[in-house]
Amino acid sequence: MSNPVNIKFSDASLALIQNIMSRYPEGKQKSALIPVLHIAQADFDGWLSPQTMDLVASVLKIQSVEVYEVASFYSMFHLAPVGNCVFDVCRTSSCWSRGADNIIAHIGKRLGIKPGETTSDGMFTLKAVECLGSCGTAPMLQCGASFHENLTPEKVDALIDSYRAAGTRRSYTDMDYKNTL
Amino acid sequence: MAKVTIDGQTVEVPDGTTILQAARMIGGDVAPPTMCYHSKLKTSGGYCRTCIVKVSKGSDKDPRPMPKLVASCRTTVMDGMEVQNNTSPEVVDARKGVVEFLLINHPLDCPVCDQAGECHLQDLGYKNGGEGTRFDFERRTFERKDIGDKIQLHMNRCILCYRCVKTADQICDGRVHGVMNRGDVSEISTYIEKAIDNDFSGNMIDVCPVGALTDKTFRFKSRVWFTKPMDAHRDCKKCSGKVTLWEKGDEVLRVTGRKDQWGEVEEWICNDCRFDHKKITDWVIEGPRKIDHKSVISQNHYMKLAQPHYKKLDK
Amino acid sequence: MGKKLLIHNDKVPGIHTLEVYRQHGGYASVEKALKTMSPEAIVEEVKKSGLRGRGGAGFPTGMKWSFLAKPEGVARYLVCNADESEPGTFKDRYLMEKIPHALVEGMITSSFALGAKTSYIYIRGEYFYVARILEAAIAEAYAAGFLGKNILGTGYDLDLYVQVGAGAYICGEETALLESLEGKRGNPRIKPPFPAIAGLYGCPTVVNNVETIAAVVPIINMGGEEYAKIGIGRSTGTKLISASGHINKPGVYEIELGLPVEEFIYSDEYCGGIWKNKKMKACIPGGSSVPILPTELLLKTAAGEPRLMSYESLSDGGFATGSMLGSGGFIVFDEDTNIAENLYTFTRFYHHESCGQCSPCREGTGWMEKIAHRIVHGHGKASDIDLLWDIQKRIEGNTICPLGDAAAWPVASAIRHFRAEFEAMIPKTELAH
Repeated sequence: MSNPVNIKFSDASLALIQNIMSRYPEGKQKSALIPVLHIAQADFDGWLSPQTMDLVASVLKIQSVEVYEVASFYSMFHLAPVGNCVFDVCRTSSCWSRGADNIIAHIGKRLGIKPGETTSDGMFTLKAVECLGSCGTAPMLQCGASFHENLTPEKVDALIDSYRAAGTRRSYTDMDYKNTL
Repeated sequence: MAKVTIDGQTVEVPDGTTILQAARMIGGDVAPPTMCYHSKLKTSGGYCRTCIVKVSKGSDKDPRPMPKLVASCRTTVMDGMEVQNNTSPEVVDARKGVVEFLLINHPLDCPVCDQAGECHLQDLGYKNGGEGTRFDFERRTFERKDIGDKIQLHMNRCILCYRCVKTADQICDGRVHGVMNRGDVSEISTYIEKAIDNDFSGNMIDVCPVGALTDKTFRFKSRVWFTKPMDAHRDCKKCSGKVTLWEKGDEVLRVTGRKDQWGEVEEWICNDCRFDHKKITDWVIEGPRKIDHKSVISQNHYMKLAQPHYKKLDK
Repeated sequence: MGKKLLIHNDKVPGIHTLEVYRQHGGYASVEKALKTMSPEAIVEEVKKSGLRGRGGAGFPTGMKWSFLAKPEGVARYLVCNADESEPGTFKDRYLMEKIPHALVEGMITSSFALGAKTSYIYIRGEYFYVARILEAAIAEAYAAGFLGKNILGTGYDLDLYVQVGAGAYICGEETALLESLEGKRGNPRIKPPFPAIAGLYGCPTVVNNVETIAAVVPIINMGGEEYAKIGIGRSTGTKLISASGHINKPGVYEIELGLPVEEFIYSDEYCGGIWKNKKMKACIPGGSSVPILPTELLLKTAAGEPRLMSYESLSDGGFATGSMLGSGGFIVFDEDTNIAENLYTFTRFYHHESCGQCSPCREGTGWMEKIAHRIVHGHGKASDIDLLWDIQKRIEGNTICPLGDAAAWPVASAIRHFRAEFEAMIPKTELAH
């Protein structure tokens, strides 16, 4: 059984969830779990609290523990609060070979945080992550749905400024994505 | 029926039998060691890789050897198959590697572990492992999490065999614990603090091959080798009521399910029998339980190992 | 200039729209297949084409399709593996982003061939924006009657959905992908049974890489025999190569299989040579999992033959002196690269991505990362290199899925070919012992 919850999805999100659930055969609605967790993370402050995960369990009519197991497996789900803008900076081979470590260090210095940390104003979280499939445009970072590629310290500075000026939370599910491929 | 030869011994088994089951029919050392397989749990096995064997001949029909070592618990026999277990140096070495992998992050806290003496990892390490360790980093540790008043979870000792998860799925009424996170920080957990408590949850203790899940009501009461196992039964509405009592003097220190020669539970028992009937008068005693599973302690291996040293000291 | 069949139109403005895509001959394969061919005939053409799986393993696609069980009254599924996560590989992303209809078209034709009524494209979560592009293309295809009920009046029904993952390399392994698609942890299944017998929801399922599916389009259009004439030997057709690292022109290139490696690296049509006028030191030709090769073994086989971009040539010499074409993730390193440091990024990667189900991979990948970390940070021990070698050997072949091998091979090859670089990083005081 899922645990009792006292939060709700918006009507728009619920409609989308119903649509997603219709994509699978009868009785296989658990298949919607990962897409629905993405929606939940975007809707509820950018992270998956136990309460949020229990809500997902109740909507999909599965046990809460099934949601916890899955949410904790995948690296894009945040199980603790994060900043409005999460910078996922790739550091694997190709990005490493073209200066990813310098980019991470530069962002860290600029924001005054280390990888894994969030700025005190709650604006930015810095994460050093593994290959994001942008090796030909290395170094790169992902923020929300957007890929920022061929990074230089100057580009990173501009990026930080523009995200700070916008001030909004960025989610993987954003429709206004950018990419520079 | 299929004829299969394992370490030179041939046995005829029904189609669909696994190599492991066939080897167990032959018995003795031919049977590969197991950690995660459990005959009473569906879809168990395949994870720990201790039971890997070499298939040197696939079948009479297709005699080609299998390219990799295979998990004997999850590979079915074919007619004419030839398998090498102890007779393959490759298997012996790979298994030694598996033991090493299982132990690099294990706390080796056997002196304070209630499982010591009936621990499958001890047995495995003794029989199939190498000496010493080449792992010189800090061992992985987990934050201690409470999962209720009956079962103690020591995640540091867990080898992620998934047996307790499958038990909860297949035996219990609803599962509240599972495997969280991934890779080498995977852990057995309820995620949010929650008691694992339903009529059959205690069976998770019995299926745990190591000291990760132990009986809180037995905690630090006695080393198992100082207790006397007795088969007993009672009329129980929930389960068969067939158990093993672990006695010390007139006291029942622990109640467990009965385990077969491979250390696997024969019949599931309910929590009533396990936790709430600890008086000898609750039970009809059948007689002493023979512990077939070759535990380190029951074999007196340590004494054999230690004796030469004692002799030296005597001189 | 080699033949291009997959991304020849990538620079055409608006090619991501159905209208422009159709103007350039798009969806012809669907018309031809559904109206004039039987499913069996399509499978036959794919067999004749010699197409091999483009995800990395290189298994013949037609053969994989013919293994699909067809029990009465049981649904069959085609699932496209768009979980592109092998470091050094970004070709599928390029194809899907630039020409999304190429994948949609291939999915329709392939689904028809396999008798699937519902198909899924499982795409890695990080490619969320690419999923949006695909969804827009799929919506166009529905509106144009290429998807949904009674496609082109042929009576064939097909629904096609995009499913996003959430960050897990292991979901590129086909059974882990199916688990993930079922809403579970991405734990690879123990095989057998293989997906062709029991895959998605326990039903017969084919899982194919994006590029493989897209290649079905030209195969149907030109015929399997014509396709098989392209390329070299058993490496038929064209291949997308993701080129990255220290080259002048990183990017995605479509090559005719059989192109000399040297030409690929130094020709202006492709990588354009090594950056900053430097020399090449080493290359990983097929994604992070495949063995790294020093320049001399990359350009020529041990027997002195010129090395070609093909399955056979790149693996010539086995792991002793060869590598693999793999996913076509071509990572080049210049003379200043520290191979041990690069290896450290891989050990970290595989440690991070191990699902944790089986003990050799779960424990071994973390151990290798720790040792590699120690070596590149100058705290290595004299015994560390041999220990690394030993650990990778005990992981290889002993795990549930190929991630164990994928983690082991880069370690083995880096030590095999660049042992001196590792030794140079071990403190002298250590070596004296």
